[in-house]
Amino acid sequence: MKRKFDVIQSTCVPLPLENIDTDQIIPARFLKTTTNELKFFGDNLFCDWRRNPDGSPNESFVLNNPLYGGEILVAGKNFGSGSSREHAAWAIAGYGFRVVISSFFADIHKNNELNNFVLPVEVSPEFLQSIFDEVAKDPKTELRIDLPAQKVTILSNGLCESFKINGYKKYCLMNGMDDIDYLLSQKAKIEQWESSENNKLCWK
Amino acid sequence: MNTLFDKIWDAHVVNLIEDGPTQLYIDRLYCHEVTSPQAFDSMRKRGVKCLRPQNIFCMPDHNTPTVNQDKPIQDPVSKKQVDTLQANAKEFGLSHFGMMDQRNGIIHVVGPERGLSLPGMTIVCGDSHTSTHGAMGAVAFGIGTSEVEMVLSSQCILQQKPLSMRVRVEGELGKGVSAKDVALYIMKEITTSGATGYFIEYAGQVIRSMSMEGRLTLCNLSIEMGARGGFIAPDQTTFNYLKGREFAPKGEAWDKAVEYWKTLRSGEDAVFDKEIVFDAADIEPMITYGTNPGMGMGITESIPKDTAEKSLKYMDFKAGEKLLGKKIDYVFLGACTNGRIEDFRAFASIACGRHKADNVIAWLVPGSWMVYNQIKEEGLDKVLEEAGFEIRQPGCSACLAMNDDKIPAGKYAVSTSNRNFEGRQGPGSRTLLASPLTAAAAAVSGVITDPRTLMQ
Repeated sequence: MKRKFDVIQSTCVPLPLENIDTDQIIPARFLKTTTNELKFFGDNLFCDWRRNPDGSPNESFVLNNPLYGGEILVAGKNFGSGSSREHAAWAIAGYGFRVVISSFFADIHKNNELNNFVLPVEVSPEFLQSIFDEVAKDPKTELRIDLPAQKVTILSNGLCESFKINGYKKYCLMNGMDDIDYLLSQKAKIEQWESSENNKLCWK
Repeated sequence: MNTLFDKIWDAHVVNLIEDGPTQLYIDRLYCHEVTSPQAFDSMRKRGVKCLRPQNIFCMPDHNTPTVNQDKPIQDPVSKKQVDTLQANAKEFGLSHFGMMDQRNGIIHVVGPERGLSLPGMTIVCGDSHTSTHGAMGAVAFGIGTSEVEMVLSSQCILQQKPLSMRVRVEGELGKGVSAKDVALYIMKEITTSGATGYFIEYAGQVIRSMSMEGRLTLCNLSIEMGARGGFIAPDQTTFNYLKGREFAPKGEAWDKAVEYWKTLRSGEDAVFDKEIVFDAADIEPMITYGTNPGMGMGITESIPKDTAEKSLKYMDFKAGEKLLGKKIDYVFLGACTNGRIEDFRAFASIACGRHKADNVIAWLVPGSWMVYNQIKEEGLDKVLEEAGFEIRQPGCSACLAMNDDKIPAGKYAVSTSNRNFEGRQGPGSRTLLASPLTAAAAAVSGVITDPRTLMQ
């Protein structure tokens, strides 16, 4: 799902839990599809927290609370740990989130988000807490994510912080380009490496 | 600087993108049925073929049933995913070890045992436990499906170079303490995000004296520490393990390979971004009490007072209580973590002359057909059968319950797998991670038991 990314201003969904693993984001039983059905994955985002064992909505879970909504998910530290399943990023994108804010992301999941045009925004623990506090006061609090300027702002209190992203990935996101497009253009360099001594060392 | 990780990584750099990631050449890509179909699908849409099909090996493992593998899979959705992998492998010209093929098994068990994963290689798979192959002295890490597509189509991947960390475990392990306990101990100490952003090199006396099976278990669990991967410099243990294996180099090529592999070590002057040292004497058999693998403790200890309420509620445990003597319902021996021959030997050493407790349902699932056959050759199946256990057919099984092997809601399972996340082994399941010895002790006594009390 390539789409160009610029500035996003939206309310958010707060999920102030730490160590949210990808088994919670999308349980393994939903991984049996052979096509990329974003809607299906989105419908089952956080399935076992969102629904009671009998399938009815768990009213106490934030996704079922009509006060909260928007294109931004805000989660506690170490978001996306565990399994490498990209289905987790598909579920987040499929649900309609375009940004995930946390104070710390697990490596593989962070890449998976980027490869699906979902922007992981890593902020300081203090800034994260400030978002949770503001949203607790007013669920309609808006956040502004400015990718070109690499800044995130809490509009209710004006608090602002910069975030990091490497120049290449930023360019990809802003131009709707993905890594595969890039790699397919690099065939000559790949063949050059393959004819080098380094390639002979691996006894493939 | 001058770490083994640098040597292997740097030798595979195809291109450095300005203000961006590294384009890294990948020697070996493994594909299983769960994380590859969308990659193949996307390639069809782009009209792209595999650049180096000979470097890519496919096998189903997550959905495979652990009984009646000679018959079609009952679950139509699982069957479709397994069939799709076979069809994709055929269409794109890739090697495929299907169900009932004697080379089939869990991808992270099969790669090393077939000699497909070799020292000095870069290895990836759409599976976080690809870190396992690091035990061979390779740079191996898990990737997402978009990245699987990158490697299928270009044999390269774009990655930021991680930081380096050395974890040394010095001294000698005590009785009943295995590689699994070492890993659970490290996780407890550094948490499940303690190594995020790093690649770990394991070193020290304990690692040097560890068998290949133990090393594979330890490297497997690197991801549970947050690390992308973990590896061990190859040594004589590695070479002895690899010699004569199906895809390992032979004859003159073998000699040349070993000569090169012997150079694969961090320099005396190597500088790591982070270094941690543990004393083996501090490690006892471990068990987890919570809902992430870092929530572990020595088996004789009590659940820490500051344990998160959400985890305690899920597990129905109380802070401050001991787990010893608690009744359990299931035991699972297997997974890419502990599904190798040594794990079955360890389990059998406790089960021998005893009997499975009546309240326990036990699933013993070898990691591959090769392990399965070796269990038979060594007569371990007889020992285990006499003790009331049966050996199932290979696959990932109850580790993530994508096949029929699911732990029911509310039931306690002592499991040799790698994750105790909520619902991991089936919706509502409660997992206690432990070593094969501890799993066996629980299986024969029906309650959580210190395996050392059952050892000679």
